[in-house]
Amino acid sequence: MGQYYHSEDLAKFPGIADHASDLGEKFFAWYSAVFKEGALSEREKALIALAVAHAIQCPYCIDAYSTGALQKGADPAQMTEAVHVASAIRGGASMVHGMQMKRHVDKVSM
Amino acid sequence: MKLALRVVEREPAPAPDEQKRSLDGLGLRPFEESVRVGQGEPLRALEPSVLQINVGKVCNQTCLHCHVDAGPHRRESMSQGVMDACLRYAERPSVRTVDITGGAPEMHPRFRWLVEQSRRLDKHVIDRCNLTIMDTPTHRDLPEFFARHQVEVVCSLPHYRAPSTDRQRGDGVFHKSIKGLRALNAVGYGQGDPERRLVLVMNPVGAYLPGSQETLERDWKRELWRLHGVTFDELFCITNMPISRYLSWLEESGNLRDYMEKLVQQFNPATLDGLMCRTTLSVGWDGLLYDCDFNQMLDLTVESGARRIEDMDGRSVGGRRVVVGQHCFGCTAGAGSSCGGETTG
Repeated sequence: MGQYYHSEDLAKFPGIADHASDLGEKFFAWYSAVFKEGALSEREKALIALAVAHAIQCPYCIDAYSTGALQKGADPAQMTEAVHVASAIRGGASMVHGMQMKRHVDKVSM
Repeated sequence: MKLALRVVEREPAPAPDEQKRSLDGLGLRPFEESVRVGQGEPLRALEPSVLQINVGKVCNQTCLHCHVDAGPHRRESMSQGVMDACLRYAERPSVRTVDITGGAPEMHPRFRWLVEQSRRLDKHVIDRCNLTIMDTPTHRDLPEFFARHQVEVVCSLPHYRAPSTDRQRGDGVFHKSIKGLRALNAVGYGQGDPERRLVLVMNPVGAYLPGSQETLERDWKRELWRLHGVTFDELFCITNMPISRYLSWLEESGNLRDYMEKLVQQFNPATLDGLMCRTTLSVGWDGLLYDCDFNQMLDLTVESGARRIEDMDGRSVGGRRVVVGQHCFGCTAGAGSSCGGETTG
């Protein structure tokens, strides 16, 4: 069985604009602006992106922002903590919905 | 707690010819072609304003990325005769800076004499220092010596935390580096005084290009102060050159093709004017002349009538064609790279 993800597609990402160039141009301009230094530093943004990449499990983003975070001066320990943050939020989101479970159980139980 | 420096014994780097074959064999766009497209003519040097003197390859460290393949086992050391010839050349008004490098240049028995004589000529002196050398018994007074002679100290610190630094430079290096930086701060370095200039150099700890020098400098300054109470004046971000030990690592780790493709793709013609080979004359421990320290490690001597510093009396190397190769993409990628950090912006 073939694979769905091809790592070489990451470098070809600008090609997504081929069939909708106006939208593509707007997307990439906005994308680039998002990662520029602002109230947050480039390194902070790269670590956030890395964490989100793990939360949504996008292999392209994980590759891109692993290198990106290193380039912006993060080290593996900082990056691993960012992955833990993503995992804590994902896990925490399930857990906090358990309060709905508790509320329902409390209502229908004697 | 006395923390020992653990020096890893490394395999010798492959011979220059073999390194050249590894890079040429990738079949990527030739560097000369990129230069021709970028500026229409080959790279030429100006009259050198920087005399970079490599006094030898002995070092107390064996950094994983070292382009010199330096270490305690090396024996190459500049003779007094060659040093004298360097100083004769440095007398020229066109030479403003004497940049002393190695190995660990401070380990050369005539290092201090070379600094003193260069300062007598009123030249700005740079010492490329690994910081840990200052924690050895015979070199603990180096900070005071540097301060006395207004030496600009340029030292490596790939990260403001220990794990990455030690991975690149050896176990124990980070803690000794912080100790060295504190000793330099104690004599006035790194606090904005132009006569006590302290520069840190960051080389990426892997197969990637450095990020923005300005942004990384802000991070390094904030974190080094917050975590270690250390200050410095400027951060240089230097791209790892695909030669010597770093080339061996790229090959062994399977990163060579990707890394070289990245360098070639990110070739930036705006970096050409600021390349260090245009303003630097590099002298090897044996007196041979090169366009830069990297060419020195590849045995690529200058294309000029004189090939040795001893033969330079009354001669000029300004206007010479720079000897280039695929490794040169390391200096022209992105924002550019040199011994003085980024070359654009």
